[in-house]
Amino acid sequence: MSQGNLIRPYGDTTGDGMVQVSFTLPMKHSKVADGAALQLANKMGMEPAMVVHSKPMGDGFTFFVVYGQVNHLVDVDKVQVVERDFPLLTPKEANAVIKETLRRPLVVVGACIGTDAHTVGIDAILNIKGFAGEKGLEYYKEIEVVNLGAQVSVPSLVDAAVTRRADAVLVSQVVTQRDAHLLNTREMSAAFREAYPAGERPLLVAGGPRFDESMTTELGVDRIFGRGTTPAEVASYLVHRTTAKEPAA
Amino acid sequence: MRLDLDPRTIAQARALAAKVGDPIVEMAKKHTTVAVERATLRLAGLGGADPDGTPWVNHLVDAVRADVGLEHGIALPVWQALGAYETTGVRPSGELARPLAPNEGVTARSADNDLARLAEEAAAGQVTFRLPEGAEAELAAKHAREAVGVGIARLDASRVARERMISEIGDAPRKPWIYLIVATGDIYEDIPQAQAAAREGADIIAVIRSTGQSLLDYVPEGATREGFAGTYATQENFRLMRAALDETSRELGRYVRLTNYASGLCMPEIAALAGMERLDMMLNDSMYGILFRDINPVRTFVDQRLSRQIHARAGIIINTGEDNYLTTADAVEAAHTVTTSQLLNEYFAKEAGLENWQLGLGHAFEINPDVPDSFRLELAHALLAKSIFPDAPLKWMPPTRHMTGDIFKGYLLDGFFNLAGAMTGQGILLVGMMTEAVVTPWISDRDLALQNVRYVMDAAGRLGEDFHPAPDGFIANRAREVLGESIDLLGKIIDEPNGLLDAIADGTFGLMKRPADAGKGLEGVAEKSEAYYNPATTILEGEE
Repeated sequence: MSQGNLIRPYGDTTGDGMVQVSFTLPMKHSKVADGAALQLANKMGMEPAMVVHSKPMGDGFTFFVVYGQVNHLVDVDKVQVVERDFPLLTPKEANAVIKETLRRPLVVVGACIGTDAHTVGIDAILNIKGFAGEKGLEYYKEIEVVNLGAQVSVPSLVDAAVTRRADAVLVSQVVTQRDAHLLNTREMSAAFREAYPAGERPLLVAGGPRFDESMTTELGVDRIFGRGTTPAEVASYLVHRTTAKEPAA
Repeated sequence: MRLDLDPRTIAQARALAAKVGDPIVEMAKKHTTVAVERATLRLAGLGGADPDGTPWVNHLVDAVRADVGLEHGIALPVWQALGAYETTGVRPSGELARPLAPNEGVTARSADNDLARLAEEAAAGQVTFRLPEGAEAELAAKHAREAVGVGIARLDASRVARERMISEIGDAPRKPWIYLIVATGDIYEDIPQAQAAAREGADIIAVIRSTGQSLLDYVPEGATREGFAGTYATQENFRLMRAALDETSRELGRYVRLTNYASGLCMPEIAALAGMERLDMMLNDSMYGILFRDINPVRTFVDQRLSRQIHARAGIIINTGEDNYLTTADAVEAAHTVTTSQLLNEYFAKEAGLENWQLGLGHAFEINPDVPDSFRLELAHALLAKSIFPDAPLKWMPPTRHMTGDIFKGYLLDGFFNLAGAMTGQGILLVGMMTEAVVTPWISDRDLALQNVRYVMDAAGRLGEDFHPAPDGFIANRAREVLGESIDLLGKIIDEPNGLLDAIADGTFGLMKRPADAGKGLEGVAEKSEAYYNPATTILEGEE
C-alpha cells in the first residue's frame, strides 16, 4: 500500500491533523469543568487540545468548543461502504422511467405490520411530507401509493396487495422488542410466497432502524432499508427493480 | 415596517375567501362525525378508558351508532338511556340505579358516574339505544344540555384562570413570543425540559405529539411515558404539563404558555380536553389533516368547526399550518397558496367565533437560500401577511427544507429568519435549530438557538421602525404580486363546480390531491337527520 492513501485531517497545513468538536458536560461551569473537557478531548485522541469556548447552560451543564490535533491516520484503501447498486433518480426522472417502461402507475402498498403503531418510518417514505427535505412517494406522479397505516395484519396486507395489483409492498417495523420486527417480516414474506405463484409476487421491501441491511435472504424479502433511508432511495430502487423486470417491448 | 397595499384589494381577497369558505361551512353544518359526538361526551364529563385503552367515549358512540345510527347525534339516545335509570330506578342491565331524590336534576357528578356506567354497559352489549321523541326527547335534550354545560363552564373557568394568572404574575415581556418545542415521548422527561426551556427564555412551550397520533381515531388515556418522536396528547399529560408550567410561571414572574396539537382525527375531542385543562394555544389548521395526513376533507371540515368553536370559547390561540405547504411546494412559486390558505383559515376561524388575537396564522422562511434576493422575498411575504392580518399574532416558522446538516450555514440561516421575524412584526417565533433534520435538539442546540434569537432581537428588534419598503420597490411589488395571485387563485376555486373541495382534490395546496370521497376517517362521517341534536354546538353557537 502506498503512503499516498494515508491521510490526516487538514486545518491549514498538510498533515496538521486539526479537528474541532463541541459537546456538553453535565457539570457546572468552572475551571474543573474546563479541565474535564480537556481530559475528554485527550481521551478522544486530541493531543494537544485547546478549550476555546466554554459556557454555562441551564443548571449544571457546560457547553464546550474544543480544537486540537489528532494523530490518527486514515487509510483510504481500507474504507468499506455498501454501495448503492441502483442509480439514484430525482422524482422527475423516476416518473419519466415509469411512464416510459411500465406505461402505467407503479403501485406501492405500505404498512406497519403486527402490533407496531409507529408509522413514522412508513410515513417518512410514503407521505408527501417526506423526510430529510425529500418528498415522499405520494409526491411522485407516476407512483400510486396505498398507505394502510399502522397495526395491519399480514392477511389484510396480502389482500390489499392482490386487490390493488401492487408492484411493491413496503413494510415498516420500528418496534423490535423480542425481535418482533424479524418475526413479523418473516411471517409477511411467507404469506406472500403462499398467496402468489412463484415469480409473480410483488417486490417485498422491509424498513426500520434496527434491521441489518444484509439479512434479505434470511427474512425472505428483496431489500432492507435501514436508518436514514430517504424516499428518493426507495423510489429509485423500486423503479430500478420493477422496470428492469418488464420484458422489453 | 408597513406595506402600502390598497385596502380595496385586501377587502376583495377577503370577500372571495368568504365566498369560497361559505359552502364548506354549510356542508360542515349538515354533517356530524364520531369525533364531534365523542367531544360532546367529553364535555359532559365522560373520560377514561377500558383496560385495553379504548376510551369510554369511543365505546359509547360506537354502541349508539350501532343501534340508531350517528345521524341523530348521540345526545338524545344517550340521555334517554340515562333518563331511564332515573324514571325506572333500574339500569338497562337490570341493576338497581342509585336512589334519586324526586325532581333531582342531573348534576355534574351524577351525570359523570352514570355516563361512565352507561358506557361500560353499552360496551358489554347490555344496553339498547333508541331515539326518543316528543316530550321524552325534550327531557333528554334538557339533561344533555345540563351535562355538557358543565364542560362548557370548565372552558370558561380555564379562560378566567388564565386571564387572572396573566394579570397577577405578568405576561411575556415582548413580542414575538419565543416558541420552543419539547418532545421526548415521556411526559415526566418533558416536564423538566419544558421548565428548563422556559427558564432559558421560552414564552411558549409546545409538546410535539407522538408521530402517527393524528391518525388514531381515539385519544389515548393517562400519563404516557413512551412515544415516537413526540409525546401523546392526553388529558392527563395536558394537566401535568400545565401544572408544571404554572409553577415555573410563578417562579419567573411571566405566564408561560402551553401548546399542543388539535389536528388529526380527534380535533374536537382534543380541543375540548385542551380547553378544560387550560392549554393556551393549539395547532389547528383547516386543511393540514387533509393535505398532509390524508384525512377525508368532509371529516376535517366538520371536526374543525367544532374544535374551533371550543377554542374560541376557551380563549385559546390557534396556530395554522400554512408553513407546511412550503415544505412540499416551492416557497416562491407557492407563496400565494399560503396567502390564500391564511385568508381561508381566517374565514373559517371567524365563522367559528375566534377573534383576531386568537389567529396565529402560519407562514415560514423556506425560500431556497441560493435564490437571488431570497431574503428580500422572505421580507415581502412576511410583510404581506402582517399587512393583511395586522391584528393577528402571526406564527413565523423557521427554515427546515434548506437545513442540510451543515449546521454552520443553518445557524446563519436561522439568524436571518429571526431578523425577518423581528423586522416584520411577527407574533409567535418558533425557534429554529441548526440541527434541524439532523437530531432532535440537544440541550446545546437549544441554548445556541436562543442566543441567536436574543442577539437578533436585542440588536435589531426595532429595526422595522426605521425602514419602510419603497412604495414601488422590489418588496412592495412582490407583495402586491403575491396578493394578486392569491386573488386569482380564489377566483379559480370559486369557478370549480365544487369549489374548495375540487381545488383540494386537484392538488392546489401543497401539491397534494385529496378527493372529497376518499381519505381516512370518512366512515366516521354522517349527514345529520332532522332529529339531530347536539348540546355542545347549541351552547357554543349561543342558540339558547
